[in-house]
Amino acid sequence: MKLVTLEAFYAIAGVVLLLVAGRIAMDASHPKRWGSAAFWALLAVTFLLGNVIPPVVVGYLVLAMAVLAAAQQVGRPTEQGVPRAERVAHEERLRHRLLWPALLIPATAVAGTLLLGKVHFGGVRLVDSKQVTLIALSLGALVALGAGLRLTRAPVHTPLTEGSRLLQTIGWALVLPQMLAALGGIFARAGVGEVIAQIVASALPTQHAFVAVLAYCAGMALFTIVMGNAFAAFAVITGGIGLPFIVRMHGGNPAIMAAIGMLAGYCGTLLTPMAANFNIVPAMLLELKDRHAVIKAQAPIAAAIFIANVLLMYFCVYRF
Amino acid sequence: MIKLIGVLVVAAGFALRFNTLLVVMAAGIATGLCAGMSFHEIMTQFGRFFVENRYMTLPVVLIVPVIGLLEHYGLQEHAERFIRRARAVTPGRVLLLYTAVRQISIALGVNVGGHAGAVRPLIAPMAEGAARARYGDLPEKIVQTVRAHAAAAENVGNFFGEDIFIAVGAVLLMKGFFESTGLNVSVWEMALWGLPTALVAFAAMWWRCRRLDRRVARAATETAGAEGKGGP
Repeated sequence: MKLVTLEAFYAIAGVVLLLVAGRIAMDASHPKRWGSAAFWALLAVTFLLGNVIPPVVVGYLVLAMAVLAAAQQVGRPTEQGVPRAERVAHEERLRHRLLWPALLIPATAVAGTLLLGKVHFGGVRLVDSKQVTLIALSLGALVALGAGLRLTRAPVHTPLTEGSRLLQTIGWALVLPQMLAALGGIFARAGVGEVIAQIVASALPTQHAFVAVLAYCAGMALFTIVMGNAFAAFAVITGGIGLPFIVRMHGGNPAIMAAIGMLAGYCGTLLTPMAANFNIVPAMLLELKDRHAVIKAQAPIAAAIFIANVLLMYFCVYRF
Repeated sequence: MIKLIGVLVVAAGFALRFNTLLVVMAAGIATGLCAGMSFHEIMTQFGRFFVENRYMTLPVVLIVPVIGLLEHYGLQEHAERFIRRARAVTPGRVLLLYTAVRQISIALGVNVGGHAGAVRPLIAPMAEGAARARYGDLPEKIVQTVRAHAAAAENVGNFFGEDIFIAVGAVLLMKGFFESTGLNVSVWEMALWGLPTALVAFAAMWWRCRRLDRRVARAATETAGAEGKGGP
């Protein structure tokens, strides 16, 4: 048994999202008042009651969210943040103390990850050891919020106002990672990976040791680009290309193949809008005009690392 | 082959710039129908995975209130001012240092950073501040490039440090996969072989950061030149 589960933090996030929806509904100047309010309220429901209501209902709620976003009914508010002069004035008063709450997030996350998993009362664990990283990080955010409120003596609605503005800056892209994970799940169930592995394996002359390495690395990168997740690619591509050709046919070292192959997959992650939490959400968070700007910045890096991975694997996997 | 229809829908949808949420939903529905699932069943899958993966969105929702609060009180301006005092800083050097910190800490199993918690409030303003300290105001386009590279520094540091630490997802996943196929592969060996690529990734980041610094310098002299001629 566990005393604290992630479910508690999902509920807190649900309340935050519900308050965001409420604020939008009260804001008569919001250009997309009702559509936006409905979108954030629906998301709040999935966080508050996700485990209570049947999955099929959640599915239709998600469909409704997608339709609202596609009909351009989810928008940003007209209200702006505080002017720069005011922020600078606060900054001159608070100085280095401003950094403390920001540093409390990682500090609590690290300390919590190391300690929370070990706490137990007899057979009752304080937290689930599998969820401890996320719980510690969430706890860090709440502790930092408390410290921030104490430091700035801000009214309680300020973090809500500012958080609401930031969330609306990200907009519907916030749920994209979850949607893509769902798509990845459906791809996996339909057996898309096996088809890709078959095509790559049959189209290329894998009897050459170098081609086998190239096919495996390219398969990892391509399938990661499609799925947005190298972990999903690993089992499929290693089972379909890596093990039969590199290990069994050419006698390669599976540890080297797996380690470098996974990293070749990560090169795909750097390149794909499907990995929205790494590439698209940050573009929105940083208020970039081009939502693919992060991918464009990463493309040369990914290409360089990919080539190095192919060469590294070819020169090492058959030798050690 | 028909199962690949979802990949096609995604590619076409992205190319035609339809709303991404709708494209993803359509791709899932098309793939599911081709694989013989009913519409109801597909919605059930979407709902189940959506709820299971709430953990991806959770940190952002919980972190933005405190980051928003601190930004209201000038956190970004502070990060910028803080970096201005250091001599010899450039945007590239700030980002390269962040990549190194991120790679080393995550290789030791300590996950600090993140786009919402570190890049937006601290790292991106520091990189911008480093550029402004040298060249004054910069064209908007170059500011955007600097910010995009800040996000890249976070991703590269995160991805290519992680595999060196044995107790995290990637290495354990690989171990689990090999066990399921009856192969016994050492986690230490897999972690060790993550190291060369980690060094390559850092070198690639160093190269990009140098290029970024040159681009910033060039853009700054060009704007200064244009002003000198009294151009637009």
